[in-house]
Amino acid sequence: MRHLAKAHEKGDGMKNATVGLLAALSLMLASTAFAAPDQEQIERGHKVYDKWCFPCHGTGVGKPGTDSLVARGQKPAVLEERTDLTVPAIKTFVRHGVLFMPMFRKTEVSDADLDAIAAYLTRNNKP
Amino acid sequence: MKVPPGVSASDFAEAIKQFEEAVGKEWVFTSDEDVAMYRDAYSPFMGEPEERVASAAVAPDGMEQVQKVVRIANRYKIPIYPVSTGKNLGYGGSAPVLSGSVVLDLKRMNRILEVNEANAYALVEPGVSYFDLYRYIQEKGLKLWVDVPDPGWGSPIGNALDRGGGYLMPQYRNHFDSHCGMEVVLANGEVLRTGMGALPGAQTWQQYKSGFGPWIDGMFSQSNFGVVTKMGFWLMPEPDAYLSGTVVVPRHDDLIPLVRILTYLEDTRVTNGMPDLGSPLLGIPMLSDFATRFESGGTPFERPLDPELSDLIAKGGGLATSALDGYAQRKGLGYWSCKLSFYGASKANAANWEFAREKFSEIPGVRFEEGENYKLPLTPEQREKVHKPQFGIPSLAMFSIGARSAMNPEPASGHMWFSPIIPRTGEAIFEANRVFAQAAKEFGLPFLSFNLPSTYWERAFIFIFAFPVTRDVEFNKRNRAAFNKLIQVAAEHGWGEYRTAPAFQDAIMNTYSYNNHALLHFHETVKDAIDPNGILSAGRYGIWPKHVREAKS
Repeated sequence: MRHLAKAHEKGDGMKNATVGLLAALSLMLASTAFAAPDQEQIERGHKVYDKWCFPCHGTGVGKPGTDSLVARGQKPAVLEERTDLTVPAIKTFVRHGVLFMPMFRKTEVSDADLDAIAAYLTRNNKP
Repeated sequence: MKVPPGVSASDFAEAIKQFEEAVGKEWVFTSDEDVAMYRDAYSPFMGEPEERVASAAVAPDGMEQVQKVVRIANRYKIPIYPVSTGKNLGYGGSAPVLSGSVVLDLKRMNRILEVNEANAYALVEPGVSYFDLYRYIQEKGLKLWVDVPDPGWGSPIGNALDRGGGYLMPQYRNHFDSHCGMEVVLANGEVLRTGMGALPGAQTWQQYKSGFGPWIDGMFSQSNFGVVTKMGFWLMPEPDAYLSGTVVVPRHDDLIPLVRILTYLEDTRVTNGMPDLGSPLLGIPMLSDFATRFESGGTPFERPLDPELSDLIAKGGGLATSALDGYAQRKGLGYWSCKLSFYGASKANAANWEFAREKFSEIPGVRFEEGENYKLPLTPEQREKVHKPQFGIPSLAMFSIGARSAMNPEPASGHMWFSPIIPRTGEAIFEANRVFAQAAKEFGLPFLSFNLPSTYWERAFIFIFAFPVTRDVEFNKRNRAAFNKLIQVAAEHGWGEYRTAPAFQDAIMNTYSYNNHALLHFHETVKDAIDPNGILSAGRYGIWPKHVREAKS
């Protein structure tokens, strides 16, 4: 989570609080065993990701989310290729937004869809 | 839980209960966490008490549920604020104009009700996004294009009602103009259909716009007179081919004939795509350059000027000097460029480009560059090279302008657009630059050395200036003050904005003041007549219900 904190060094108190929360959740999660999501959930997450996340975070030209992470030095920059994303971090970014990425509401991405996205993006994480 | 202004806690609790009965408990959002997702992510008031926030949100799934919600709101005098997809970022987002309103979130109404290929139209609900409509058309293999704005995640209905624009042929580019027929729920819960839709069993609701009698569709755009629950749009049949060519002229003053000839060619439909102005000399890219700029990791903004050129500008006192013209000639750079686009039969495109070259040849020293020449549809490789909206393909690439990049390591958290309409002449471009550059200097705004207007509309130009929004309250305050001053400066020169965020809607409506605000008084008269409790989108585009006007005065 260090890079996250770094990205927000110039943020205000509210944002720093968010980062702190994220870090705490991340640490909590890292020390907690969790069951691997089932394949059906991952496939559902892939579909939801393609609809809602890929236009900004996918591969190819003109993907501002990916470009932004490249500029920050994130490797890999494409979210689908990451193995270090945590479920709470994914949910926080989707529901709260970050920088020019707005928050996504439950009428857009339901809680169940968000669970599926999280399952998809953490599918390659080491337990 | 925040309570709407002027509403008792017990009435609000009862209204919420009835909203839950109308749409289902899970689609009424009252927790702080859920309601926070309806904040305007790009609000220039972020973190300040003046930020406009919702008290709750209700998400109906169909016109009948909208009717129920509106009737409940009327019963308890609850202000409600409809949004379609809530992605009008830079011009508003999903937050209400009147703080404490209940957001009427129409995103669940996401049905594509009809797409007719032979007559090239679609009928959709407000929660449908450009991506949704595009994907539907692709999946069905229909040979139709949707005119999309740069961010493709918005709603065709929402964008049209906010009077947004796109990039295809002129009759599609103005999204409100390209609509055909509406269904509207009024503040009393009554539903009406406009145009041919008023005829029961009409077979041409999406084929003939005005129906019979007064054509009232415009009253539901940039207003608060009803909740649009369905809307038809004319789509563009996929053309045979696309051709582009760029006209490059050598001198500063050539912008005047360049625009004059361009306007003639556009008004006679010799060129039918959105014209694209740039300046090779000043490093101002054309819009279509952005995709390739992003690919190469460069900045989409103007390039840093050659020190010799900066020197010439500083010493010579501006841009309109023979020294600058000479520099451009010496370096082999055009002063101005304009890319023309042609959609149509391949042979017709070539003939139109030839005719355009003939017309521009009256400008001494003009030269022409051949551009793209695609047989349509595009191949996957071609798709990656183009500015996608010019081919009816939704994208979010334009957000790269504000995103973190090598040239922009500390990006803003949003933006707001200052967008005055100016006359479609080269002289007006020079005059607007002179006026806004002087104002920018006075107000400490970092504008580019020269701005070229956007050419979405056929008959006028829009100057679009981006104001960054950050999490720095003082910075945002300064920019809001400067924005308000620019509104006044523009109005003093006879220029008015075409669209704006809630923060500036009152100020801009106040500049449309001919004959002692006669237009606003008309809006208010209509508002009071059809929404006497003032429940719908109070304050949107400067139109306030009577009780708020009285309280203010």
